[in-house]
Amino acid sequence: MMDALLLSRIQFGANITFHILFPTITIALGWVLLFFKLRFDATGDERWMDAYRFFVKVFALSFALGVVSGITMSFQFGTNWPGFMERVGNVAGPLLAYEVLTAFFLEATFLGIMLFGFRKVPNWLHTLATVLVAFGTTMSAFWILVLNSWMHTPAGYEVIDGVVHATDWWAIVFNPSMPYRLVHMLLASGLTVAFLVAGLSAWRWLRGDRSGGVVAGLRTGVFLAAALIPLQILAGDMHGLNTLEHQPAKVAAMEGNWETRGNVPLVLFALPDQEARENRFEIAIPNGASLILKHDPAGVVPGLNDFVADDGTVEHPPVAPVFWGFRIMVGVGLLMLAVSWAGAWRLWKSDEPGTVLGLALVAMTFSGWVATIAGWYVTEIGRQPWLVTGVLSTAEAVTRTAGAGMVWTSLAMYLALYVVLLAAYVGTLYHLAGKATAAATGRAAPTDPIAQGGERLAATPSA
Amino acid sequence: MDLLLQGQSWLPVAFAALLGLSILLYVVLDGYDLGVGILTGAVGAGEDGAHKDRMIASIGPFWDANETWLVLAVGLLLVAFPFAQGVVLGALYLPVAVMLMGLILRGVAFDFRAKAVDGHRIWWDRAFFSGSAIAALAQGYMLGLYIVGFERTAANVAFSLLTAVSLLAGYAFIGASWLILKGEGTLQRRAVRWARGTLWLVALGFVAVSVVTPLMSERIFAKWFELPWLVLLAPLPVATAAIFVVLHLVLKALPTRTDRFAWVPLAGAIALFALGFYGLAYSFFPYVVPERMTIWEAAASDASLLIMFVGACLVLPMIAGYTALSYWIFRGKAGRLRYD
Ligand code: HDD
Ligand code: HEM
Ligand code: HEM
Repeated sequence: MMDALLLSRIQFGANITFHILFPTITIALGWVLLFFKLRFDATGDERWMDAYRFFVKVFALSFALGVVSGITMSFQFGTNWPGFMERVGNVAGPLLAYEVLTAFFLEATFLGIMLFGFRKVPNWLHTLATVLVAFGTTMSAFWILVLNSWMHTPAGYEVIDGVVHATDWWAIVFNPSMPYRLVHMLLASGLTVAFLVAGLSAWRWLRGDRSGGVVAGLRTGVFLAAALIPLQILAGDMHGLNTLEHQPAKVAAMEGNWETRGNVPLVLFALPDQEARENRFEIAIPNGASLILKHDPAGVVPGLNDFVADDGTVEHPPVAPVFWGFRIMVGVGLLMLAVSWAGAWRLWKSDEPGTVLGLALVAMTFSGWVATIAGWYVTEIGRQPWLVTGVLSTAEAVTRTAGAGMVWTSLAMYLALYVVLLAAYVGTLYHLAGKATAAATGRAAPTDPIAQGGERLAATPSA
Repeated sequence: MDLLLQGQSWLPVAFAALLGLSILLYVVLDGYDLGVGILTGAVGAGEDGAHKDRMIASIGPFWDANETWLVLAVGLLLVAFPFAQGVVLGALYLPVAVMLMGLILRGVAFDFRAKAVDGHRIWWDRAFFSGSAIAALAQGYMLGLYIVGFERTAANVAFSLLTAVSLLAGYAFIGASWLILKGEGTLQRRAVRWARGTLWLVALGFVAVSVVTPLMSERIFAKWFELPWLVLLAPLPVATAAIFVVLHLVLKALPTRTDRFAWVPLAGAIALFALGFYGLAYSFFPYVVPERMTIWEAAASDASLLIMFVGACLVLPMIAGYTALSYWIFRGKAGRLRYD
């Protein structure tokens, strides 16, 4: 029988995993929509409006899912992790409060105007509403990542009678890992959206849809991805170096390195065995890890065995999930590099993506989700056994009121709901894309307003 | 002033007021949109479909911001009263989970129904109705449990079930009032009928809560029936009764040809919620966990509260401003929703 702690961890992990799928899309898609709109305002070219009209629906749907799953997140703190606020509430509280006050109301209110106000307000106000929504989602990412980074690398506080008190807000907000995590996450969001936009457009293109919006989406997505991925790899590398400084056990787990030593190889594949404290079936590049982490083949890199207490208590995170999560993220990142650069090259030379590139982009539609979740798992599992590094352990924060039975009930409920909603979300995206394609290729053209189930598509569908 | 502060820091009191304000705003604002969701259950799919679309269109631009008041409320509970949040939310663990499920269902159904495959639409409509009803019932149940101090005796659970149904009726009532203001023609006439039907259940809920609350503790009993406190409370039942009478009369006369007085039910509903809320706040002050933990015992450090208070004072007026802008842009009778 699993206890309330383990179940609460699974529940929190499930909820935040479901939640982050949608913010990752809305944060960057808001800015991409703004880009479409500004291009239309500047050129008067219908294809930008075409792309805007299609992706604003994707945005609305993602936003709704982001909001409702986010509400669940904030209740979880109280229902499952009461110790979190009791112990570090003096720091976490103001950060969460500022998120609600400066971000949530802004985005929620102007979303109404952005979605439904096009005919009711002057164009500049509609554009402003779009800017404010995009700004709001980004602000919300800022505040929550400040808090999350502080949990990884706490600073600017003192502990009095077991309770954390803030001493320096500047140091709290700009804690050591915050800039890296924020940049890495915003780029992750940009990449997720770039591949989503390119992938859905490529899907429509493969079905014979040659409307202006499809081409605009395809080009925007591919070029955006090609521009962001090198930045992401660079940012990821710097993020790793920062983590090496502040959370060496996490990096040791990511690298699958057991002994502190020089000339550490870069492990490409292995099955880390925490019982035997060694890697099995290891395939590695000699000196690779030392080179990446210390820029010196002989550089000494910390190993996991340093984080075992004398009595044998393990004080480092579980190795396998961190190790594998890291490889999945980096693997997807390298795939993104290959596909987006090949795609950019092709679209530079020709207006047609061609079948091969089209299929590759369709396959990569949700690749951003995979990398983002893998990355978060690395970060969060890599912090265990701590909730706030060195201050509060995960076990200390868990609920004492709710028993395992209750957590089971709520967890089963959430899981069932999430599976259904995720299937409905993906299904609806393709349904929307199919409908747009059908309209553009003249197979059917529903023209009723959206509250009636259909949507009004481009006024002049181009063949 | 001393009656209020009892010689202690003013910041926890200010945050209790902010928390109360955001709960009240939530109950009124999300109340009308949950209410509209509940009332869609009374509307069939077939030829009534147009009514359903109109009803949902009337809340389209607002529901998201309305729900944000719940986020602020739970946020304030978490951050301003860290030592109470675990007790309160732990005691309400299952109803909270059920409420969240309801809110998730209805929030996404709203969007899915407009975009999904035609055959699936009826399922999203059902999800929208049942999600709204589940959320309302769960909130009412939590209110009941809170009033009885979280003790789950048979009588207390029965009382909580009563508050659950009453809040459901209250939301349906304020939702109907919203539709009287925003709807036209047959939809408006139906809304008037709904409002007449639910008004009596709301009254019943008011009576039940008023009878049980003072019985819950000697302290509250004393506050209700002894001087000088009595003076603060006496206007309450009088005003509430007066509003019920006015609502009853106005609903008899509605709808009028010129649409005069179409705003009265909504205004009355808001006033009722505010009065009921004041009564509860009056009874429980200064406790956050009834009879167990005062707001000072539960509060975060003054330094952290001050940081948030400054932010709230700066930002809340702005939020009020752009919320007003949004209601102004979407003023008048609800039309069809469209993205372009
Ligand atoms: C990097 C970004 C990010 C991360 C890590 C999180 N969120 Fe989030 N959240 C957003 C980015 C975001 C967003 C982009 O701002 C959303 C998504 C869609 C939306 O409406 O806003 C949002 C919505 C959202 C909402 C609904 C807001 C509303 O009513 O408009 C709540 C209450 C939360 N979140 C709470 C949380 C909590 C408690 C988290 C952590 C435990 C969390 N989020 C992680
Ligand atoms: C958005 C992306 C995020 C993802 C995918 C994510 C994922 C996870 C996962 C998988 C765990 C479980 C680790 C384990 O127990 O082994 C975890 C733990 C935790 N994370 Fe995150 N997290 C994210 C963001 C955040 C943020 C922004 C916060 C807080 C501000 C946060 C707070 C926590 C807490 C309180 C725990 C402890 C509970 C637990 O161990 O499960 N997380 N997270
Ligand atoms: C290919 C090169 C990449 C490298 C070297 C890299 C490096 C890293 C590192 C070291 C971490 C752990 C941070 C910590 O210690 O807490 C991390 C986390 C993360 N990664 Fe990557 N990453 C790469 C690509 C990607 C891609 C392509 C995405 C998504 C599109 C992504 C999304 C994330 C996210 C969301 C996190 C968790 C949040 C954070 O801590 O920043 N990464 N990455």
